[in-house]
Amino acid sequence: MSTTTPSKLEKILAAGHFAVTSECGPPRSAKGELVDEKARVVGPYIDAVNVTDNQTAVVRMCSLASCIRIKQLGFEPVLQMTTRDRNRIGLQSDILGASSFGINNVLCLTGDHQRFGDHPNAANVFDLDSTQLIQTVKLMRDEGKLLSGFEMDARPQMFIGAAENPFADPFEIRVLRLAKKVAAGAQFIQTQCIYNMEKFKLWMQQVVDHGLNEKVSILAGITPMKSVGMAKYMKSKVPGMDVPDDIIKRLQGVPKENVAKEGITMAVEQIQELMECPGVRGFHIMAIEWEEKVPEIVERAGLYPRPKVD
Amino acid sequence: MIMAKPKPIEEIIQEIKDFDKVLVAGCNGCVAVCEAGGLKEVEILASALRMYFANQQKKMEVGEVSLTRQCDKEYLAEIKDRIGDYDAVVSIACGAGVQFMTEMYNTMRIFPGVNTCFIGVTDEKGVWSERCQACGACILASTGGICPVARCSKRLLNGPCGGSSNGKCEIDKEVPCGWQLIYERLKELGELKRFEQPTPPKDWLTSRDGGPRKMTKEESRL
Repeated sequence: MSTTTPSKLEKILAAGHFAVTSECGPPRSAKGELVDEKARVVGPYIDAVNVTDNQTAVVRMCSLASCIRIKQLGFEPVLQMTTRDRNRIGLQSDILGASSFGINNVLCLTGDHQRFGDHPNAANVFDLDSTQLIQTVKLMRDEGKLLSGFEMDARPQMFIGAAENPFADPFEIRVLRLAKKVAAGAQFIQTQCIYNMEKFKLWMQQVVDHGLNEKVSILAGITPMKSVGMAKYMKSKVPGMDVPDDIIKRLQGVPKENVAKEGITMAVEQIQELMECPGVRGFHIMAIEWEEKVPEIVERAGLYPRPKVD
Repeated sequence: MIMAKPKPIEEIIQEIKDFDKVLVAGCNGCVAVCEAGGLKEVEILASALRMYFANQQKKMEVGEVSLTRQCDKEYLAEIKDRIGDYDAVVSIACGAGVQFMTEMYNTMRIFPGVNTCFIGVTDEKGVWSERCQACGACILASTGGICPVARCSKRLLNGPCGGSSNGKCEIDKEVPCGWQLIYERLKELGELKRFEQPTPPKDWLTSRDGGPRKMTKEESRL
């Protein structure tokens, strides 16, 4: 597979390796060192680190600035961008700025509605949706044009990603929607956290049946459970999350002091099982406020050391 | 009232050309007042469609009706015995009417015949302009009865911006600067104090930003 950008993530995938990404949520303050600390913890164990964009509509340090910090530490950032807070002018402008700092991965998202966040009274933008943002980045990169048709003398070099939730309803449109994102230009997909392995494999089978795995690299979303409470919360409170009762039962079956350890083991087992799943090209490990566990998960899953690419 | 504008007839033809019997359904509410979707416009559109399809030598029966309102079930029900005679309906009510008719007659194809534009007023015969964006939390008391949400192009709450020039908006010399109007009005009322007070960020939750809206008046329910 030939590469389209200088992105290290793209090169890893093109070389046929399983890719490993993780996630860093910037602080709810101006404390930039916090981003650096998180990046240093996970950086050596993964190929690229996503930086969330005001996730769940809670104000945090901006993704672009955090990505620049991470890049300057020598790690590879994935710029998450939602269309909730910026119109096409702001989005295109930030893509140009990111590229100027050598940020070569973007994850195009619509973003959670602001009613879920800490500023429910805010106006929203949604000038574009995630699929349109994918099209926009592709247009900028491949044709060197802005949405206005203006021709740029230097193009942003972005490896284009998107998210997909195999567990949202209705199930039968999930693959069609993925196909739409791929048609728009998505090159990699990071999925929602997977707990229902059976349903995920069913979705993956449809992805393969549609030949989408030839066109896009699917990174399976893995989030270790820290506690029984977290599992129950994810099951009942987080929209679009599918947590089977077996997961909760297994966590309940170990002594309280071992629950977190069991959660890590489950994540490792999941990765190992999904390595055998046709179409899965890598793993996106979202250890929510538990970044220090990413190295252990990667190592135990047999994914360390990370391959070197030029 | 809600203002609408007839769609170009080519757009309507494109949607209905493969049917044989089409009903043009008007609404005698808002869209009749702005001369886009009332009885008169039903007759004009139906005639134009008949003429077009006759020229094309395409068999097309075009029926006509105009309802008191399309946003109430009782009026929509008036065509329940007739609607089945047609293959499709072109509703020239506002977007709410088109959708409500679709909900009521969900086996029918219902196509919009107008573009719904805004909530506004009749400036003079044949001229209409916007006044309200239904933000759900009216601030007209503090702005001299002139709405900055609807009438400032940037919907500023502390305007005017630097683009205001000779009382006109930077987007178009024909568009009055909403904030110039507010300022003049507050001055006239001796209420410039209101202008001098910074207005804090607005709660947009009651506006479309907060998601699809619904209201219930308990005492009116049956």
